[in-house]
Amino acid sequence: GCRDWALRFQVSAALREGRVTPTELCQRCLSLIKSTKFLNAYITVAEETALKQAEESEKRYRNGQPLGALDGIPVAVKDNFNTAGIETTCASNMLKGYISPYNATVVQKLLDQGAVLLGKTNLDEFAMGSGSTDGVFGPVRNPWSYSRQYKEKSIPESHSKDEESNWVITGGSSGGSAAAVSSFTCFAALGSDTGGSTRNPAAHCGVVGLKPTYGLISRHGLIPLVNSMDVPGILTRCVDDAAVLLGSLAGHDPRDSTTIQDDFKPFELPSLTDVSKLSIGIPKEYDAPGLSSEIVALWSKAADLFRNAGAKVMEVSLPHTCYSIVCYHVLCTAEVASNMARFDGLEYGHRSAMNKSTESMYAATRREGFNDVVRGRILSGNYFLLKQNYENYFIKAQKVRRLIANDFVKVFRSGVDILLTPTTLSDAATYVEFIQEDNRTRSVQDDLLTQAVNMAGLPAINVPTALSERGLPVGLQFIGRSFQEKQLLTVAKWFEKQVKFPVIQLEEVKRHDLQDQKSASFS
Amino acid sequence: AVARGCGAVWRRARQCGAGGPAPRGQRAVACNGRGGAVPAGKSGLAPWVPVVGLEIHAQISSNSKLFSGSQVQFAAPPNSLVSFFDASLPGTLPVLNRRCVEAAVMTGLALNCSINKKSLFDRKHYFYADLPAGYQITQQRVPIAVNGSLTYSLCIDNKMSQMVTKTVRIKQIQLEQDSGKSLHDDTRSQTLVDLNRAGVGLMEVVMEPDMCCGEEAAAAVRELQLILQTLGSSQAVMAEGQLRVDANVSVHHPGEPYGVRTEVKNINSIRFLAKAVDYEIQRQIEELENGGTILNETRAFDSKLGCTVPMRDKEGKQDYRFMPEPNLPPLILYDAKSLPANMNHQQVINIDWIHERLPDLPSVKRARLVEQYGILPEHSFTLVNEDGLTEFFENVVNQTQMKPKKVIGWILKDLLSYLKQHSLTVKESPVSSFLLADLLNLLENKEISSTAAKQVLAELWKGEGKTPLEIVKEKKLELIQDQKELEQICQAVIDGQENEVIMVVLG
Repeated sequence: GCRDWALRFQVSAALREGRVTPTELCQRCLSLIKSTKFLNAYITVAEETALKQAEESEKRYRNGQPLGALDGIPVAVKDNFNTAGIETTCASNMLKGYISPYNATVVQKLLDQGAVLLGKTNLDEFAMGSGSTDGVFGPVRNPWSYSRQYKEKSIPESHSKDEESNWVITGGSSGGSAAAVSSFTCFAALGSDTGGSTRNPAAHCGVVGLKPTYGLISRHGLIPLVNSMDVPGILTRCVDDAAVLLGSLAGHDPRDSTTIQDDFKPFELPSLTDVSKLSIGIPKEYDAPGLSSEIVALWSKAADLFRNAGAKVMEVSLPHTCYSIVCYHVLCTAEVASNMARFDGLEYGHRSAMNKSTESMYAATRREGFNDVVRGRILSGNYFLLKQNYENYFIKAQKVRRLIANDFVKVFRSGVDILLTPTTLSDAATYVEFIQEDNRTRSVQDDLLTQAVNMAGLPAINVPTALSERGLPVGLQFIGRSFQEKQLLTVAKWFEKQVKFPVIQLEEVKRHDLQDQKSASFS
Repeated sequence: AVARGCGAVWRRARQCGAGGPAPRGQRAVACNGRGGAVPAGKSGLAPWVPVVGLEIHAQISSNSKLFSGSQVQFAAPPNSLVSFFDASLPGTLPVLNRRCVEAAVMTGLALNCSINKKSLFDRKHYFYADLPAGYQITQQRVPIAVNGSLTYSLCIDNKMSQMVTKTVRIKQIQLEQDSGKSLHDDTRSQTLVDLNRAGVGLMEVVMEPDMCCGEEAAAAVRELQLILQTLGSSQAVMAEGQLRVDANVSVHHPGEPYGVRTEVKNINSIRFLAKAVDYEIQRQIEELENGGTILNETRAFDSKLGCTVPMRDKEGKQDYRFMPEPNLPPLILYDAKSLPANMNHQQVINIDWIHERLPDLPSVKRARLVEQYGILPEHSFTLVNEDGLTEFFENVVNQTQMKPKKVIGWILKDLLSYLKQHSLTVKESPVSSFLLADLLNLLENKEISSTAAKQVLAELWKGEGKTPLEIVKEKKLELIQDQKELEQICQAVIDGQENEVIMVVLG
């Protein structure tokens, strides 16, 4: 029962059949956002505009003319997408209070299809991080910290003080979006994925996280981290929902020259019954140092699942994987240095009171506006781009990037359809534990299994698989061929059906709120 | 083979005081194109060879900017032509303007360049108030056009009859964004920024250091300007900043490596270009002969003082930290051979298609004028170099029976010198081609003398709306064809001067 309510058909059908109105749905989400405020998933809740959008949607339903599957569906958007009239902060002092005059293409597409935008979700400052702990609005708390599953296994007989230090991180940088979906405050959320920022928190929060092929979804309006790797990510409760979102967002955008020229045809996912023609590759390099034994076991169990169902499962090699993270670091910081250059306090954003000279104003503005992580990346990026270093760092990293991309090409050319890997090294760390290491160290560890996909531009998806011994979600990653999202999602859907990932039992949240929410979608 | 400089060798610097304009004659001699070493100066050093290269920024004539849909317009109210992208709002992306690419291809073809079928965009980073993104999108690694040449002519000793033709190599043409404008208000110690120009498409034309004096640089730029205007790829009006020239100048002794060069900026007319380059050459020679050194620096031309002055450099050398522009795919161009059959023609740029549609370039126009009208080559230069003069000339020729060879004299000696004297353009001429043709017809039909024609023309300049015939009648300037009438006039003159007649008769 409980998980069924998440499926889009239920809520869409409920809306169509008038069993719930968009306004009721929106109000319930807003009330859940309030009762889960301690998660810190949202930076801005756009209550007024959301209710207005819901009202509009309600009119359309009443007239029997809904705009499609997304009409009236409450969604949340990571706070690094521009939203006209709603603050866009990137969780940075630099953009605190910044109201963009335009909507990101993906946001516009959601609105055009009738979705109700609840608000903007929390992240690491400028999406630089893997914990959603390094934003100016504070860390996001993983809803599973407050689940019965986690409490029963990890905090037996805890008193309140312990409980406060036992909450786990969401992963990042799209932690706010993952937490929002995981805690039922919205039906889908947009994240962004540069090195794993959608898949990593999806794994830790037990939701589906899709990173589409580079160029399939417009980046126009997404405040960039690394332009050549960024893609808008999709976070949903199930694979089917991810396919619906993908269908509504994908395709050419004249405002983003790196999007595909061809039109994208939305698809519905078939329910696979026969996987015997599938060939699943298990890249041995992803059995990386630091990978928890629990996850290794789960990964191999998943492989067995495919094998037992008749699929061909084989070990493959992506030999340049080990160089990936260093290469990613150089390319990422170089682009960060460049992309952040525009934040000089002149046209928008924070401007320091320092007015001795233009240069001193720039310096003070950037020191006050960016946190240490952002400033650190800008510094290293500029170092790599210096004339005397360019050949040795940037050019080399680009060459390695090509090798990494070629690794994937070769494996797929050898007949492998889908690669199966872990998404994260372990389940979510507690906040206390997580902040023992600095952001850079954490990013190196946490992006290890996800960022090679960004270097190659491939589609990948996190599918929630099981709960760890601590009662926390663990996900596995499927990697597909370029622009073969349909195949990727079809396999992910089959897998999702097999593993029957448990629904979160949220206890902190007022029971009646949740009950309302559930009954709204599948009575 | 490509002409390398004019072969002129300069010698000692002029002696005039700092800031004063250099004596005109000395420059002319120095750049007379006759070649040959000028004897060493009093210092006894070897002669000097100046080397001049140019970097020219031509604003592309286009309705919208290089990467955004904002309108391009000169002198619009500040910040009225600024899109979200131009202001570098976070999340905005560049979208390449097809028109700008076509203009660059046209220009490249007209300058005999090879067009790169694949070119790339790069980011060039520096912090400046009128550069909102903190970087300029340019083409540093692979520009759109390379390895061209420009042939231009200049006259020796300011004599139209002695023209020499020279060639300067074009290193490359790259597409890039223009910056905005900063206005510094020193009294209130503030900077005002106008982003109207930010993101306008520029073609940077890089000329190799094949020139050796201001006159050559000026002639090369004038020819480029004419080509751009003929193509319509740029309006190339220097006064409006649509054509901006930076000159790289150095001097060295023959047989030695090039000297340290300076870059001269802030040159806003072709006349000043010649002055600035010549001043800088003289300055460097003087500096070196006095035992000084030349710094690799940027200097500004001060048109009031007629000299170059060091620009306040931004704390030493900049490292621009070039990086590929990740938001723009490589720019792919096609020719007839490489054009894929299934490609939508609206989406591709075909170099051959553009090539076939290039208008007649100034050099072709001149050759045609010489051939069609039998005029001298140097006259064809004047016709083509003056905006609108060719059309004026051809209109007159078409409306008179006078031979073009004779018409050209009236156009160049009378019309042009009058316009120059009054600082008027051809379009502003008070005498239209119709009026001039009317006048020349009166002359050609022997109705008036050529002296009378000049008198009529002098009346016509007043622009009072009278036709030549009316003026002739009014002033009684007709040639008298009647024998009797002539005799009467003569008799009247003689009668009126009785004393003089007697004196003459008496001898």
